[in-house]
Amino acid sequence: MATEVDPDGPQHDDAPVTTSKKFRSDRTLVAEAVTINRPSRELYDFWRDTANLAGFMENIASIEPIDEVRSRWTVKAPAGREVSWEAVITNEVPGEQITWQSAEGADVANSGRIEFRDAGARGTVVRAVIAYDPPAGLVGQLIAKLFQREPRIQTRRDLRRFKQLMETGEIATAARTKAQLEKDNG
Amino acid sequence: MRALTWHGKHDVRVDTVDDPEILNPRDAIIKITATAICGSDLHLYDGYIPTMQKGDILGHEFMGEVVETGSRSTLQRGQKVVVPFTIACGSCYHCGKHQYSACDNGNPAENQDIGRELYGQPMSGLFGYSHLTGGYAGGQAEYVRVPFSDVGPIVIPEHIEDEKVLFLSDILPTGWMAAENAEIEPGDTVAVWGCGPVGLFAVQSAFLLGASRVIAIDHFPRRLELAKRFGAETINFEESKTYEALMEMTGGIGPDAVIDAVGLEAHGFFVDNVIDQIKASTFMGTDRTHSIRQAIVACRKGGRVSMPAVYGGVVDKFPLGAFMEKGLTLKTGQTHVQHYMPALLNAIVEGKIDTTFLISHTLPLEQAPEGYKMFHDNQNEVTKVVLKPDLAVAAQ
Repeated sequence: MATEVDPDGPQHDDAPVTTSKKFRSDRTLVAEAVTINRPSRELYDFWRDTANLAGFMENIASIEPIDEVRSRWTVKAPAGREVSWEAVITNEVPGEQITWQSAEGADVANSGRIEFRDAGARGTVVRAVIAYDPPAGLVGQLIAKLFQREPRIQTRRDLRRFKQLMETGEIATAARTKAQLEKDNG
Repeated sequence: MRALTWHGKHDVRVDTVDDPEILNPRDAIIKITATAICGSDLHLYDGYIPTMQKGDILGHEFMGEVVETGSRSTLQRGQKVVVPFTIACGSCYHCGKHQYSACDNGNPAENQDIGRELYGQPMSGLFGYSHLTGGYAGGQAEYVRVPFSDVGPIVIPEHIEDEKVLFLSDILPTGWMAAENAEIEPGDTVAVWGCGPVGLFAVQSAFLLGASRVIAIDHFPRRLELAKRFGAETINFEESKTYEALMEMTGGIGPDAVIDAVGLEAHGFFVDNVIDQIKASTFMGTDRTHSIRQAIVACRKGGRVSMPAVYGGVVDKFPLGAFMEKGLTLKTGQTHVQHYMPALLNAIVEGKIDTTFLISHTLPLEQAPEGYKMFHDNQNEVTKVVLKPDLAVAAQ
């Protein structure tokens, strides 16, 4: 017989809180982890240089650094449109983690954390936790289209591309010609 | 360039398509000199494999000459190379353990979702084998783009003929790994279900690894004849009762190790359960498992089961009780081709392994559709079709 889960009760196991069955579906919180066969400091440094991120994130049109902690993110939208917001790094522990939050007034209020945990001979476990509240109404629909697929899948793919880039020096593609590759990259 | 492209069930054509280009630093472009039709290509031909798209270029057994290299390729123009069918990066954890077919990075990120959904983790990319395994263009063409060319292709001495080394790309390492997974000990009797190319190479390999007896099981007389040539005893399951024969031949003990090389023509994914799983994520599909079932039941107590045969979905009526009660061990997996190539190339050069016996037909690339049809229609006579782009030029 299944045990009734108390939505407000404490957690009794060691599983990540993001995998809890108690999560409410009206909140979007995704977490994905990938193990990358490189030292944590190298991965952290690459990620901390905001200009590098657009190279492996699928939906990002551009990320422009504004100052040490602020950057402007522009995301590709349907029909050639773009949506952008400002992200602020709110906490950073060199070699270990970076926490960010969207600045006030962003269309997609979002926040997140990227963690780099040393995994010995296997390299580094990189974990991304991203939270956002999809707004309702027309803007909400646009946002849904922006992210196209489940945010979890999007996050997972971005982490895989990050892994490919850091482990192999390139991002795998099955394209045969330059024209095909450009088309695939939109 | 000219290339064999897939258009639907029993519809493959030689089309003119754009030449491949170097897209990543570790790429190389290979001019194909010889490529083979694999038994598993027939499942694409029969329309069993999902995620195929019209115009996809087939072929995962190929070799040729390096004509262009990216900045980080270690190959040089003019070199003769055989290319493994598995696309592996050489830098990830699994490649570090020589588990190349489990490479984390060979499959493009956007094509890894289905594998994760089906198997829990995505597998490596493969050439010319649907978008489930990456969507890479295959080598039944004049040219092919080879990613991670510093890791995959093996350089072949110029004087060795293509026919002698072509099967390093897939079926020879696959047969060898099947025998290695059988963990053969001196004095062992090994039974092999299926005398297709992999089964036949498994027979050869089992003897090289110290088996005293190999018993080969099939129903195509020509294929059993080939197994016999390597010293195997044979059982034709249309003429004899396999289990009863095996028991008598092994004094009631059963074979010490059994190898299932039957399902391998599928190299993958029986459409019914893959589609079922994609659509509904229900685990209701059923792979054909007759040979593996029979192998498990026949295997001696405490024996080893090696399964190069490929299964894609879930199975029903798997004899789990026999497996547990007899204390069997199962080893399986897509072949870690890159791991086996160097030693097998040496064995070929030294004359310890011959693979040329397998080739029954050689055709120009232009006649590839004919090759598919005859391979499909006559599996007894047609054991292996090799395609050569250059033959077309000579015939015109």
